[in-house]
Amino acid sequence: MLRRALSIGLPLATFAVIAAAWELLVAYGGFPPKLVPGLGTIADAFVRLAGNGILLSATEATLYRLGAGFLIAALIGVSLGIAMGRRQWIEDTALPIVTFLYPIPGLAYAPLFVLWFGLGDLPTILLVGVASCFTVIINTWKGVKAVKPIWLRAAEVMGARDREMFRRVVLPGALPYIMIGLRLGLAQAWRILIAVEMLMSVQRGLGWLIFGAQTFLNTDVMLATIAVIGAIGIVLERQVFTRIERYTVVRWGMVAA
Amino acid sequence: MNKGFSWIAFARGVAGVLALVAVWQAFALSGMFSTAMTPPIGTIGAIMWRLLADGSLIENAAATLLRVFVGLAISFSLAIPLGVLMARYWVSERIFLPVLSVLLPIPSLAWVPLFILWFGIGNTATILVVVYASAFPLVYAVWTGVRAVNPIWLRAATVMGADEATLFRKVIWPGALPYIITGARLAFGRAWIGVIGGELLASPKLGLGEIIFNAAEFLNAGVMLSTLIAIGVIGVFFERFVFQTLEQATVRRWGMVAGSRG
Repeated sequence: MLRRALSIGLPLATFAVIAAAWELLVAYGGFPPKLVPGLGTIADAFVRLAGNGILLSATEATLYRLGAGFLIAALIGVSLGIAMGRRQWIEDTALPIVTFLYPIPGLAYAPLFVLWFGLGDLPTILLVGVASCFTVIINTWKGVKAVKPIWLRAAEVMGARDREMFRRVVLPGALPYIMIGLRLGLAQAWRILIAVEMLMSVQRGLGWLIFGAQTFLNTDVMLATIAVIGAIGIVLERQVFTRIERYTVVRWGMVAA
Repeated sequence: MNKGFSWIAFARGVAGVLALVAVWQAFALSGMFSTAMTPPIGTIGAIMWRLLADGSLIENAAATLLRVFVGLAISFSLAIPLGVLMARYWVSERIFLPVLSVLLPIPSLAWVPLFILWFGIGNTATILVVVYASAFPLVYAVWTGVRAVNPIWLRAATVMGADEATLFRKVIWPGALPYIITGARLAFGRAWIGVIGGELLASPKLGLGEIIFNAAEFLNAGVMLSTLIAIGVIGVFFERFVFQTLEQATVRRWGMVAGSRG
């Protein structure tokens, strides 16, 4: 009983303490209120931005870029990963390149992409796609490699053709890894997108909102936007992927629910 | 996956790299873009050599790495006590975990403009980004690592009269180390992304991200590509050689992991 009360009460108390400390800092810290806004001011900024539709349109623009970029990453990543896993010569040819490009932070390409494709949506989406596809490639490839050889042989003996083999054995077998890859890829795309929006001076977007607010010292707007970014991050991670997993890999009995 | 060395695989790998170079070369010389924007391989090589010879690449890389390691050191000194506390005492887990869960999904680079306003452009903002990016994987690694220590070892050591300090040094630390080293690898990867982004946005005086940003002003794609290659080489070097060797030297020798690899 005490344990239950504590497990709800302690987090609440922590947040209350942090909020109180912040308010004390604002009131007595001697910082300019423009730079260190109170919680009320931040909430006001949030309500204002949500009310006049700026927040909604920025979120929409950012999610559109995320979706388009992630789609590119998923298409390239899954198809190349499967090709590498199924054909030895493709693996031998592509793996050194993939291993070298994998640890380069995608963001470092940003100025180069601006040079090539100009500013705006196109380079942002391309960059997010390129930056997050390597995680998907590597995980898909590992997943296809991890399909048990005995399943392949059993299916072969039972007369499965290449196509059936792929659809019935390889794909379900590799799917848990592919899902991990897509999940990590989406998280990476999300992290990079916000920064890319700051560098690419896109028309609207959450990253742009933070960056634009910096010019006018609107720290309340910046903090409110950061909170929204965090909330979207949680929703993407907890809702979208857990749900997809429940409908695919868990239902097929590949992993425990 | 450990098949030993194969000449066919090596030749195919070389062929893949050569094919990529050839495609780039054809693209660069096709006149679709001016060669200033897509420099041919020879130009990139010449620029790379010039940057190496006058020492500017090394100087900037050193500045970037210094930021990464200062940031990682701060992250470690935060993450180890926090992770151990969270794993050993249930109350501290209930206190810190919600805060971490709220901060974790916020991309570190989203904070950069705010850090710039608070601490000015330059080193402080960049290092803070590194800390923010790398602290979470480390805290999670220490936390899960300490929790994963077999309770029987703890009880056995306690029965044999180990005090809290000995318990930590002889049982908990080695037991959690595989997780911590994996976490350190992940943290380095995050820090490496964070530092480049931080340098692009917070423009300190030196740094690899800073070279790229400056080169963009002068439309100098050759310098940008050379720096990108340097960033890739340094990243691969630390990821593959330093951290993997560290993993093997400590963890495997103590017999904590049976020859497993990430």
